Amino acid sequence: MTTLLIAEHDNKALNEATLRAASAAAQLGDGFDVLVAGEGAGDVAAEAAKIAGAGKVLHADNAAFANQLAEPVADLIVSLADGYDAIVAPATSNWKNALPRVAALLDVMQISDITEVVSGDTFVRPIYAGNAFQKVQTSDAKKVITVRTTAFEAAATDGSASVEAVDNAPDNAISSFKSEQLAGGDRVDLASAKVVVSGGRAFGSKEKFNELLEPLADKLGAALGASRAAVDAGYAPNDWQVGQTGKVVAPKLYIAIGISGAIQHLAGMKDSTTIVAINTDEDAPIFSVADYGLVGDLFELVPELTSALD
Amino acid sequence: MKILVPVKRVVDYNVKIRVKADGTGVDLANVKMSMNPFDEIAVEEALKLKEAGKAEEVIVVSIGPEKAQETLRTGLAMGADRGILIKTDETVEPLDVAKLLKAVVDEEQPKLVILGKQAIDDDANQTGQMLGALLGWGQGTFAYDVELSDDGVDVTREVDGGLQTVSLSLPAIITTDLRLNEPRYASLPNIMKAKKKPLDTKEPGDYGVEIKNRLTVLETTEPPKRAAGIKVGSVAELVDKLKNEAGAI
Ligand SMILES: Cc1cc2nc3c(=O)[nH]c(=O)nc-3n(C[C@H](O)[C@H](O)[C@H](O)COP(=O)(O)OP(=O)(O)OC[C@H]3O[C@@H](n4cnc5c(N)ncnc54)[C@H](O)[C@@H]3O)c2cc1C
Ligand SMILES: Cc1cc2nc3c(=O)[nH]c(=O)nc-3n(C[C@H](O)[C@H](O)[C@H](O)COP(=O)(O)OP(=O)(O)OC[C@H]3O[C@@H](n4cnc5c(N)ncnc54)[C@H](O)[C@@H]3O)c2cc1C
Repeated sequence: MTTLLIAEHDNKALNEATLRAASAAAQLGDGFDVLVAGEGAGDVAAEAAKIAGAGKVLHADNAAFANQLAEPVADLIVSLADGYDAIVAPATSNWKNALPRVAALLDVMQISDITEVVSGDTFVRPIYAGNAFQKVQTSDAKKVITVRTTAFEAAATDGSASVEAVDNAPDNAISSFKSEQLAGGDRVDLASAKVVVSGGRAFGSKEKFNELLEPLADKLGAALGASRAAVDAGYAPNDWQVGQTGKVVAPKLYIAIGISGAIQHLAGMKDSTTIVAINTDEDAPIFSVADYGLVGDLFELVPELTSALD
Repeated sequence: MKILVPVKRVVDYNVKIRVKADGTGVDLANVKMSMNPFDEIAVEEALKLKEAGKAEEVIVVSIGPEKAQETLRTGLAMGADRGILIKTDETVEPLDVAKLLKAVVDEEQPKLVILGKQAIDDDANQTGQMLGALLGWGQGTFAYDVELSDDGVDVTREVDGGLQTVSLSLPAIITTDLRLNEPRYASLPNIMKAKKKPLDTKEPGDYGVEIKNRLTVLETTEPPKRAAGIKVGSVAELVDKLKNEAGAI
């Protein structure tokens, strides 16, 4: 069975999430093609052609795809779907947004956020904030799947697939892109970082959050994350939220500081290799998942830790 | 204009669920159930639009067992005008939920449908987008801010890298994210009043939708538990362990 893998990118570079979803696509069976839908994303298509195992790259270059709006990209994918038995995308915000639209148009029940491919029609996925895992089998002939990228290794990039242009032009009168505010900056991407330093409500202000965590993250080459409480209070931007309803991360090292460890937060980080927690409350639930717990005041311990890392 | 808000009855977010020992599912006997938190945010947004004079009627709809009435009453107590229960004891997958909601939309002709971005039990994050596809409407998912005008709606969305604003023509679909608003609590008088608000009970058959599940759950298991860790006494000990024991730095 052939799979169509949908690439995550920003028109400039291929996002690593694509490589991880590629590993899931490869496990489905008879190879996969990659779809790069964007505007002026030729470099991305060239990068996608290097994904090990890719049959070919379909490159749809159109202003309508520039911002990956769900309505036109879903129509594009549906127009290509006849040739494929499965459609797979990483569970990034773009594809969480667009793929269910594809599924409904194809009259298929999507399988969200899979963590394991058991066979061509059977998958494992988390429910209840990762407190249970379901093994589900689908009876749909065509499969539409999003992939939890932390559960799969990145595919190698030593391939050399051909790139083919697709010029299916969508007709979209119902939605348009208006603006965006992207954080950007030099900091490593939270979803793919090797080390994540996260702060919670205990910081008390945006100033303290930045003043204490930035130097620590800089020393560790880490991405910054936050609990929902810290985001709601305005200490950190929305896209830093780690958890059931934010980002799911699984870095080599996760440091949770002033975070109590609510199940919704644990859902987003408990698959990290090593977890460190710093909290004044020795009974805080975060310590139940921490490999190393340090009980004490973050306002003293964080600067101390930062200078100890010299 | 009318606004339709689908609300789902789910296990309360404070409950730590348990997987049944025989692997057949999650033990839902006697656990506290509540309205899906994202749906409370959806009801709140609809009510704010009504209070701003931009909508006339807010209708809440739920698909589920008889008890889902309680969830609808919660929505009515918050301020929604009437409720529709589509009663079924079967499992309903998002695609069929979307088909049922489409039938309700065809009948009620709302200009906006505001849903939660995900239900916190199945975490599927699909229903709103599927409904958008079935209706051929635009979608503003993971909404952080909603600006409604006469001929369209601008939705600012929480995306991986920050925020994105899209303009949609009406009618449209919105799904809520956490920071869109803070849902109100229902006051006691409003809870009493809600008991008298109209609540229709229907069945999937009334809408000509046949529930046909595509997914079979073969097994439900608990995630592997992390081995218990240790408490360290000082920053120096922590750094030493991270370097020499875990190899993490
Ligand atoms: C629908 C829904 C979805 C949600 N999704 C998410 C999600 O995706 N991610 C998420 O994180 N949360 C989520 N939550 C929220 C979650 O339930 C918790 O409320 C939140 O994680 C708490 O954040 P916190 O740990 O920073 O704050 P708190 O729970 O208030 O914890 C603060 C901690 O800091 C400690 N502390 C205080 N002072 C100090 C000090 N000086 N030094 C060291 N430690 C100190 C305290 O002991 C405490 O443990 C969600 C909730 C709902 C209802
Ligand atoms: C009696 C009963 C038994 C069930 N048993 C199981 C089971 O054993 N296993 C299982 O996986 N699931 C079970 N379900 C849940 C059912 O499968 C889900 O309703 C469906 O899968 C939707 O997925 P989701 O909630 O994750 O959708 P999402 O796409 O995450 O939901 C997003 C939004 O869609 C709306 N929405 C979703 N569902 C409804 C609804 N029913 N009514 C109104 N609005 C809704 C809400 O606004 C919600 O915020 C059962 C449901 C019922 C009623």
